Amino acid sequence: MRLGFHIAVRFLKSNVGQTILIIMGIAIGVSVQIFIGSLIQGLQKSLIEKTIGDSAHITILPGEDEEEIEDYDVLYKKILGADERIESISFAADYPAFFELDDESKSVLVRGFDLKKADKIYDFSQRMVEGEFPDDPDEVMVGVGLRDEFHLKKGDMITLLTNSGNVDEFMITGFFDLKVASVNKTWVITTLKVSENLFGLDRTLTSIEIQLQEDHVFEADEVSKKLAGIIGRKFKTEDWKGQNEQLLSGLQGQSISSIMIQVFVLISVVLGIASVLAITVIQKSRQIGILKAMGIRNKSASFIFISEGLLLGIFGAIMGIALGLGLAYSFTKFAVNADGTPVVALYISNEFILLSGLIAVASSVAAALIPAVRSSRLNPIDIIRNN
Amino acid sequence: MGTIMELKNVNKIYGTQIQTQVLYDISLNFEAGSFNSIIGQSGSGKSTLLNIMGTLDRPTTGDVLIKGVNVNEMTDNELADIRNILIGFVFQFHYLLPEFTAIENVLMPYRIRNQKVTKEVRSKAEEYMELVGLSQVRNNPSSKMSGGQQQRTAIARALINNPSLILADEPTGNLDSDSTENIYELMRDINQKLGTTFIIITHDRRIAEKADRIVEIKDGRINLDLTK
Repeated sequence: MRLGFHIAVRFLKSNVGQTILIIMGIAIGVSVQIFIGSLIQGLQKSLIEKTIGDSAHITILPGEDEEEIEDYDVLYKKILGADERIESISFAADYPAFFELDDESKSVLVRGFDLKKADKIYDFSQRMVEGEFPDDPDEVMVGVGLRDEFHLKKGDMITLLTNSGNVDEFMITGFFDLKVASVNKTWVITTLKVSENLFGLDRTLTSIEIQLQEDHVFEADEVSKKLAGIIGRKFKTEDWKGQNEQLLSGLQGQSISSIMIQVFVLISVVLGIASVLAITVIQKSRQIGILKAMGIRNKSASFIFISEGLLLGIFGAIMGIALGLGLAYSFTKFAVNADGTPVVALYISNEFILLSGLIAVASSVAAALIPAVRSSRLNPIDIIRNN
Repeated sequence: MGTIMELKNVNKIYGTQIQTQVLYDISLNFEAGSFNSIIGQSGSGKSTLLNIMGTLDRPTTGDVLIKGVNVNEMTDNELADIRNILIGFVFQFHYLLPEFTAIENVLMPYRIRNQKVTKEVRSKAEEYMELVGLSQVRNNPSSKMSGGQQQRTAIARALINNPSLILADEPTGNLDSDSTENIYELMRDINQKLGTTFIIITHDRRIAEKADRIVEIKDGRINLDLTK
């Protein structure tokens, strides 16, 4: 084994140009794989982040025959202990109302939140463009869409009119921008208490919203099903996956095409190594013949080429990873938006890089199997007789 | 001393469609510790005979017995071990590995069987390099040496595993007469000191006459077998 490895090193060193060429070939394959993989993964992450990052992953709604969610303290406790993948839980009491200012009016959705809890899902504190959260019983905040439509300013007084005829005046404490136009135009956000008072309710909710831990976002349907079993038939659950099937199939298509690209890159790398190593056997057949005449066993002779594959694979993988990361880095530095943020945030996953490297090494060794078998079939007398 | 190499009715035919018979019914015995030469014109089949004795080639029919064991009954690995341990080859062309230095080439047969080169073996290799007059150039790449130096390196390589038998195919074919003389002196010396059996193919009648036994091959048959 050791001798085979040593001979392999000498063979590779004896033809440095060719060795560098093979290593470069592997390295470019690995770097393309890492770059494309990171790019696609980054794209998907940012797409998912943009789509569901700041919204509920699972929503609990009143069941078929129910109007509202009552006794939510008990329900809250049940949800809290239901699954450890749940990151945050928020209450919402949402009702439609008319927003009136001077003579104009517009139908809006009044959303009563426990703002501390809701902040964990909607990230309001980051999304406030002006002012602060409503706190007093007569305060609300509205989206930037509504602000622009009615030319609102912080401190303005507005009127909300409910379906049942309740009318109340509120002061605007701030404006938020949730990056979704329809939300920015129609949401009026206030505290649970204000919502309850306005709509004449007593400790009832219209929905409970749940966000999952980042790594478990794609298990929303599973968690949702589990929750449904725990909380019973008085409620129903919805999850983001059920409501975003098109996005999901798009993501899946992207993943498959990314894997296809990677597989073809891999195949071309393997073919490249196999063909070059096959040539090496012919180049080195004289040496193999001499070694066999001196009594090297077929297995050891084959091991020379396996070692070559291993060495080429390892160096190729290391160089490829460096090259791929460099490519990814420069991509995030040069392909940027006007504000300096990268167009696509690449997702650099250590496991993915390690896996790509290992696959490259494994396929290099696999590619070396063909020349290894050929070398073991080589008969020394052919070399000695023909010189 | 006993027989080290025994050929029984060895025939060798090359080719399948156009058959060329190179050896006809050769039977020969070589005593352990003897110094033998094989002479014959080129094309007489003597190299084929040597390759068959060295297990590199197989006879079409007939048996080769090395130390009484029939080569036909050996596996590939057993043959490899025989070539490594029992036999040392010196070919007409040196057949050194160009990727390695002279002394690394000398050590190669040892390293094929052993994990580590011990101090003793290294000093033995250096001693053999000294013996063939190459201690000055032992660390040169083998491809950067003269023909004579390469050939002498090959002889040192054949000796490193202390084989019982050395098969040499015109080992001095490419050397000047002084070098030739030296190398024969050397082989004779080793034969006497270590009891190594030598079977040497040569063109040079002068050299052949110094051997204990001369076998002449002509057209694939034994024409003369002379023991002093």
